Amino acid sequence: MMMTNIETVPGKTISSCFGVVSGSTVRTKHAGRDIMAGLKNIFGGELRGYTELLGESRDEAIRRMQQQASQLGANAIVNVRFSTSSVAAGAAEIYVYGTAVVVE
Amino acid sequence: MSQLAIFVVLLALGYGFGRMAESRHYRSIVEREQRHARISTLTLRTLESEPATVRRTQLVSGNVVISVDYFKRVAAGLRGFFGGNVQAYESLVDRARREAVLRLKESCPGAAHILNLRVETSSIYKGRGNGIGSVEVLAYGTAVYFDVE
Repeated sequence: MMMTNIETVPGKTISSCFGVVSGSTVRTKHAGRDIMAGLKNIFGGELRGYTELLGESRDEAIRRMQQQASQLGANAIVNVRFSTSSVAAGAAEIYVYGTAVVVE
Repeated sequence: MSQLAIFVVLLALGYGFGRMAESRHYRSIVEREQRHARISTLTLRTLESEPATVRRTQLVSGNVVISVDYFKRVAAGLRGFFGGNVQAYESLVDRARREAVLRLKESCPGAAHILNLRVETSSIYKGRGNGIGSVEVLAYGTAVYFDVE
């Protein structure tokens, strides 16, 4: 599945369009990561646990979107957008959406 | 009294370790930015001229979550009283953005350009205590690979 975040796939032409596909996940971290994050709040620096968490949930959201697109018979998704929002303390929602198309 | 002592110790720890971590991070950012300068990042959606045939394109992303130290959080809190630039947070988001773009570039070493680079910032600690303190930055774009190097 090809994905771009521009309107086209460079070097290819879009032959048909299936409309919007999307995927989302809501995830929260486990307590161990939260304790580490509390410590990091004193010393500063990267919160690796959170970085990984968000990376994993983004991959999961992308996977769901790709699944939806391949069910429609698309072979590419153009104009992909990400959005992140926190629905509750410590839980993040990742939403990814784009347009499923067939390119040649 | 003991609370005050804890506060002072936390301030000192935050100041010491925070400064150290920040300067170390900046050194690594500058060094890696030079190493990856070959890949151009654009916010354009199309290439002005296509020098070679496009081999493939790929959606690439990089993300990072960075937290400020205790000292800076207190300093920023004071700043909130008087108003003005909050330098403590300016350097936090600057580091996070540059780091995210670097990770994006590191995920596609052979690419010629990154088209339509988007940088998105969000706070994931919302609703907990006084909120701010860590930011998440996500950078994403379309990597373009050419046939001819």
